[in-house]
Amino acid sequence: MQGKLRIKAVYVVVLIGALLAIFLIFRLWTGNVKEPASFGFGKTATASEIAAVDFDIRPDGKGLPAGSGTADTGRLIYIAKCASCHGENGKEVKGIKLPGPPLVTGTAKSKAKTIGNYWPYATTLFDYLKRTMPYNAPGSLTDNEVYSLTAYLLSANKVIKENAIINAQSLPNVVMPAKKLFVIDDRKGGNEVK
Amino acid sequence: MEEPNEEPAKKGNKISRRKLLGGALAAAIVPVTASFAKYVQTGVEVSVDPTKVQGVPPGTVGKRSPFENPLRKPSDISSRTPLQDFFSTITPSDLHFERHHAGIPNIDSEKYELLIHGMVKRPMKFTLADLKLFPSFTRTCFIECAGNFRTGKEEMTPQEILGLTSQSEWTGVMLSTLLREVGVDPKAKWFLAEGGDAALLTRSIPIEKGWDDAMIVYGQNGEAIRPAQGYPARLLLPGWEGNTNVKWIRRIEISDEPYMTREETSKYTYPVNGKIRMFSFEMDARSIITYPSFPQKVERGWIEIRGIAWSGRGKIVKVEVSTDAGKSWNVAKLQEPVLEKAHTYFRFLWQWTGGETEILSRAVDETGYIQPSLKQLIEARGADLGGYHMNPVTAWRIKRDGSVLFKPEKYK
Repeated sequence: MQGKLRIKAVYVVVLIGALLAIFLIFRLWTGNVKEPASFGFGKTATASEIAAVDFDIRPDGKGLPAGSGTADTGRLIYIAKCASCHGENGKEVKGIKLPGPPLVTGTAKSKAKTIGNYWPYATTLFDYLKRTMPYNAPGSLTDNEVYSLTAYLLSANKVIKENAIINAQSLPNVVMPAKKLFVIDDRKGGNEVK
Repeated sequence: MEEPNEEPAKKGNKISRRKLLGGALAAAIVPVTASFAKYVQTGVEVSVDPTKVQGVPPGTVGKRSPFENPLRKPSDISSRTPLQDFFSTITPSDLHFERHHAGIPNIDSEKYELLIHGMVKRPMKFTLADLKLFPSFTRTCFIECAGNFRTGKEEMTPQEILGLTSQSEWTGVMLSTLLREVGVDPKAKWFLAEGGDAALLTRSIPIEKGWDDAMIVYGQNGEAIRPAQGYPARLLLPGWEGNTNVKWIRRIEISDEPYMTREETSKYTYPVNGKIRMFSFEMDARSIITYPSFPQKVERGWIEIRGIAWSGRGKIVKVEVSTDAGKSWNVAKLQEPVLEKAHTYFRFLWQWTGGETEILSRAVDETGYIQPSLKQLIEARGADLGGYHMNPVTAWRIKRDGSVLFKPEKYK
């Protein structure tokens, strides 16, 4: 009786061992090792490291810095730093291809896409001017210069009044004429041309 | 991507491939003549009989045969890949199309860092060496500029019509791995991707794409990614318009809203029935016949029609070829393996009897989408089409004398 039980116990142990071995071999064979929650590569970024590169602006105004500007000041900056590429007043001139695109809505005949007739958000102006302009010295404008240029371009496009002050509070409230035209892509594949 | 209203590409290279090859053969016997010097690299040593002299010894870096000279076609803002010169779907890295918004930055890989911050548990920065420590992944897919379509005249090559698409084997880390590492807030909906060039180019991307198949890639066709393609690392969003695959990526900010950057509002948007469509990410299925094409010439008899088809929504399941101006369609052979969101090579054997005709191709992807005609696109979107996400079926005219011309269709 005892001998039989011992044999049974050995049998069970061997069976469990064999199953475990098969499982481990299978895991090694498939390389199916679960990824850890964290690999620990990379370093924590400090607040000042983030602040040095994080100057994007959202439509709700998140990211807009202190400071302000007006169209009058902006016009002087425009003439000094922008007009050589975008033209004296930013409008399309028939027959002349300027290095930069037109920015200001011109006559009814002009089909040029401008800030006044095509840009859906005013905050985009601040964000884009600050990160890329002027073309020959990107990122060189001060926040006040960017506010003033933004004010000038919005005023030239007749989106805001000439004497309006543009700052972190007023800019997100500017409603752009083209905003109502924008719709989110609804193509989904399948047998339908959209 | 190029400005949609840019002028159609300038006059095509008028010398035919056959002539060029003939010229190369002649050059092997006689010194390179002045007329061929333009097309065959000068300074080629012409040996009388390569079986009678010792060849060039092994070297550190290989180069193309002096009898082959595939070139991109550059403009101020982009360069087009020579689709007609490729025999399969991988684009040689030095011929990958380019589109830059402020030129190619010179980035020191030792100083490079990718910052991920915003709605995360722990904002982090990763050096290039850090990125390479994470589990790596390799996939082959295309990147295509959203404005990849030119028409306007008969003398246009595949390069001039559709040369803003290229395919590489990309290697890097899945973005999802990095998102887990920083601990993304479950409430996050978008992320902003920012490049480290003088344009500091930014695009807002739905976070689902980040969890799905987005990658941060540092390898291209087995070696370090080329500067023109984003060295030392770029964002890869398989199947999505080229502009969202931000090159030289330096920063990812996790957010609950899109940023409405210049590139996703005043650019990369297009008119649809009086409205303006935005966040148009997936590249719909399309195809082009690359042989025969302008300025090649064909002769009566068997012609293997060849080309590429691709879809940003998955696999190509069928390519149909018409050799009778679209009256009837035949199923082309697809080169296996057919990969998701990848250029797929197709071939169709045709016997040309010498009559004037038009040859066309149309792609079908696994969602059931059938590449539309220009007419269908106009019906769906209105006559004012803009230049982005235009993927119409294109045709080549075969003339009686064997010359091949593009069939330009006016739409503006």
